[in-house]
Amino acid sequence: MSQPTDVSRRAAVLGAAASGALLWAGDGARAQGPAQKPSELRVGITTFLSGPASVFGVPSRQAAELLVEQINRAGGIGGVPLRAFFVDEAPGADHLVGEYRRLVQNENVQVVFASISSGSCLACTPLSTELRKTTLLWDCGTQRVFEEGKHPYAFRTQGYGTPEILAPLLYLLKTKPDFRSIAVINQDYAWGRDSWELWKAGMDALKPGVRVVAEMFPRFGSTDFSTEITRLLALRPDVVLSTSWGGELVTLVRQAAERRLFERSTFVMPVAEASMQSLGRTMPAGHVIGARGDHWNNHPRPKDPAAMARFVDGYRQRFNEYPIYPCHHMAQAFSALQAAYAKAIQAKSGGWPNDGELADAFRGLTFDTPTSTITLREDGQGLEDQLVGLSSQGERFPFAVPRDMVIFPAAMVSTPVGQKSVDWLKSLKPDILAQMPAPIAG
Amino acid sequence: MSRRAEALLALLGVAALVFAAWAAPWLRFVLTVALAKGLAVLGILLLLRAGQVSFGHAMFLALGAYTVAFAAPGVPEALVLLPAAALLAGVAGLLIGLFVVRYRDIFFGMLNLALSMVFYSVLEKFYAVTKGTDGIRVPPLSVAGIEPARETQEWVMFGLALGLALFCAVGVRAYLASPMGQALAGIKTRETRLEFLGVPARRVMLFAYVLSAMMGGAGGALIAMTSRHVTPQLAYWTSSGELIFIGILGGAGSALGPFLGAIAFELVRVYAGAAVADAWQMILGGVLLAVILFAPGGLIGILSRQKRKQA
Amino acid sequence: MGEWFAENGLLLGLAGLDGLSYAALVFMVAVGLNLVFGVLRIVNVAHGSLFAIGAYTAASIGLFFTSRGLPPAAGYAALLLGAALVGGVLGPLIERVVLRRVYGYEDVLQLLVTFALFMILEDVQKLVWGVQPVFQDSPMKALGTVEVPFGDDTIPFTAYQLFVLPGVAVATLVGLAWFLRRTLTGRVIVAVTTDKEAAMAMGIDATRVTLLTFTFGAALAALGGALASPTTSLVPGIGASTIVLSFAVVATAGLGQIEGAALTSLLIGLGRSAAVYFAPELEVVVPYLIMVAVLLVRPQGLFGVVEARRV
Repeated sequence: MSQPTDVSRRAAVLGAAASGALLWAGDGARAQGPAQKPSELRVGITTFLSGPASVFGVPSRQAAELLVEQINRAGGIGGVPLRAFFVDEAPGADHLVGEYRRLVQNENVQVVFASISSGSCLACTPLSTELRKTTLLWDCGTQRVFEEGKHPYAFRTQGYGTPEILAPLLYLLKTKPDFRSIAVINQDYAWGRDSWELWKAGMDALKPGVRVVAEMFPRFGSTDFSTEITRLLALRPDVVLSTSWGGELVTLVRQAAERRLFERSTFVMPVAEASMQSLGRTMPAGHVIGARGDHWNNHPRPKDPAAMARFVDGYRQRFNEYPIYPCHHMAQAFSALQAAYAKAIQAKSGGWPNDGELADAFRGLTFDTPTSTITLREDGQGLEDQLVGLSSQGERFPFAVPRDMVIFPAAMVSTPVGQKSVDWLKSLKPDILAQMPAPIAG
Repeated sequence: MSRRAEALLALLGVAALVFAAWAAPWLRFVLTVALAKGLAVLGILLLLRAGQVSFGHAMFLALGAYTVAFAAPGVPEALVLLPAAALLAGVAGLLIGLFVVRYRDIFFGMLNLALSMVFYSVLEKFYAVTKGTDGIRVPPLSVAGIEPARETQEWVMFGLALGLALFCAVGVRAYLASPMGQALAGIKTRETRLEFLGVPARRVMLFAYVLSAMMGGAGGALIAMTSRHVTPQLAYWTSSGELIFIGILGGAGSALGPFLGAIAFELVRVYAGAAVADAWQMILGGVLLAVILFAPGGLIGILSRQKRKQA
Repeated sequence: MGEWFAENGLLLGLAGLDGLSYAALVFMVAVGLNLVFGVLRIVNVAHGSLFAIGAYTAASIGLFFTSRGLPPAAGYAALLLGAALVGGVLGPLIERVVLRRVYGYEDVLQLLVTFALFMILEDVQKLVWGVQPVFQDSPMKALGTVEVPFGDDTIPFTAYQLFVLPGVAVATLVGLAWFLRRTLTGRVIVAVTTDKEAAMAMGIDATRVTLLTFTFGAALAALGGALASPTTSLVPGIGASTIVLSFAVVATAGLGQIEGAALTSLLIGLGRSAAVYFAPELEVVVPYLIMVAVLLVRPQGLFGVVEARRV
């Protein structure tokens, strides 16, 4: 890997300080060598700890701390206790790739959980290949990661943009088939733009001729949507789509509710779940809401109700709030980690896996979540079911949860391996609606 | 600081950097980015000589970085991209400079801020071209026609940054000592007097502005080639604030200050982030406050004071 | 042209209503910043933090009042109380403990001191109020909505947005103008803004004036935040986006000019809402374009006075 060739000599000449550059430290061959069982299993976790996206980052960090404690109390993974190293994503991609290197080369983490932001994921994933470090994309949603490149060391332990948009779209087509006009109001950044492109591709294929009356992408981090709401009130579209999240979604819903926009248009909000607690009773009933997965607190038939209750109650007891979807995504990453190590250790009949063997264990892995199971495809993408329903206020929770829930099987709404999402969505035929499972009252 | 002391310090610094980059592989990356930012800060230092604070200089950094990102798929050669980025930033600097050098103080600072925010918005809004905040991935580059392996590549980038840093530091030192450079200090104290002497202040400023833009562009290109991912955040106003921060942290008194400041800044940020991941901003802010209140000459100031005491 | 107006005139009217309330919020923050700049000649980056902390404090007090079962009117008291508390405590604290130490320093150091404060306060907010969106909308809800006719349709606006925000802004403008022109303290502030040295030579206690002005400015920032809090949701980072806009207002308005700040805010508010309707891609850059355009024609800002050239 690192033989001192012509190239290194050139490097030394180019570097002004030729003397030191000749001294060489090689670290290329580690992925293939035998591995010692470490005294602790180090996990690097990148998440937002400051800025607007910390509404996701901080709860997920709390969940990670809780999970590490629980796993360690139960004996760790393969008898090795876990230790988490947190890194703030907020300073930007150029800083984060440096931090990724620090985690791998200085803290010697065995695995990295990378990123809420799609930009961070896109920056980190190629590094996972270069440094041969298993990297779990634990929350970011961009479809570009696995559709535009091969990343043998990267795995996404949850769904992604395409199913998270297609499921609410199908739900809307089924429950409100006669809508004729739509407006979109998304945050102006990659997810806001990508999700609209995905939606539009699917909508034009399944229900051609819907009129798009407004495409609005207010600045990321906007604190006021009065003008946009006025415009929507004047336009009266049948449907308003918003994939916004965090403080912006809370502000949008409150301002729109106050001015009765919810009475004029049906809202579709695929990322609503994380804001429902903040909104409480302010969230109007009867609008399409999603959770970037199937982990709603009122899931009608979780696979393991006891595990679900354990996680939710444990989190509530400790932090005095319900876990939101990034907490569940974090739990999924840890569940996958446990399953992969168990698989790899078994494959070596008790031996500790090296980086390459660990990555092999993730490929095709199926692991449990409280609500279902998730399988990692050969391209690294996880197949997570999507649960979509209509917002409703009830006794059980002090905030809105879905009713008339449809659980979309992941395979039905995910782009097949090797295809690009937008092309696949454009090729959809209306008969896909017939495959849709029946709603569960909830 | 005397010429000899400065040369000695530079030599010591280079040796220490090379050793650190060799001893801790992950630091190689951090130090390369630090040197690249130092380059951009060196440009800001020129304007500071004239008493002007550009509160939007990160736009040139981002311009250099995006030049690399856009051109790399077509021309994946570092030794072509680097000068191209600097040149393009220089041209942009000339066009913007023609407008902004007519202004002073807060107007100069805020106009730069405004233009950088416009550039930031363009990068963010023209999603189809720039991929918005997701940013653009930079493919692996060749250097002088050879595509080195990862580890070698890291050393090459480090060497490139170090070489360029030294080159620019020496150049800036010579420039500041020249009549053109001396005239900059004149703008700070009494600009009118300068014009009575027949020195066209605007042309002096414009020259410095273009130079500083080129260094910003080169720094941005190095960042893009090192981190291999560029996002609009590079152009946001807080990035510009960061560059000024680095300039003051290092000390505006010497051409070595920006690099000392950049390395200190990156290290403090990395270690503060590792120690308290959710309050690193507070620590950075605290360090900055302490430096300004207790050592307004920056790190270079502290070092040269030490030196004088010994002498 | 006429055809376009016939078609879009009604929409333009709606945009005007939205622009008015947006302008009111921008003005509340910018006028404080401008006042402080006029007297202290410091671009106070921490002004954005004061806005955010004012908003959070007002919301917390309001939520406390609501939990005690007080009527919605108490929500308004909470807004004023929050602003007074933040202005009265943090204002003097920052001015006395930090800023006072750097008055003799270079501009860039003064600016960076406030940048450091901004970084520190950003994390302080997070430690105190957490990261989940905070809101307290009883003041807005208490007033209900007003139906504005729009062709055959009506559009509901909140009365808070339509009357309270512009009302408070106009009251602030009139009150400030009266205070600065008709009271002794106000005239002293104007004197220091116009020519500090001459004012001090006439026996004005500059120390007292700076403290007073800064406290006043801080209270205005906090009031701006408090007023925004019923309509928006408070999250980390709101300070950063607020302050950068205010910078643009200050430079466009002319230093220390409150009427300038009002007119600029109005231009920005109306320009931005018109952009949302007719050119959404331009929404973010509108304030900066306005600033560049104004400074091209009037280099000293809209209401700025040309300063005498020092020889």
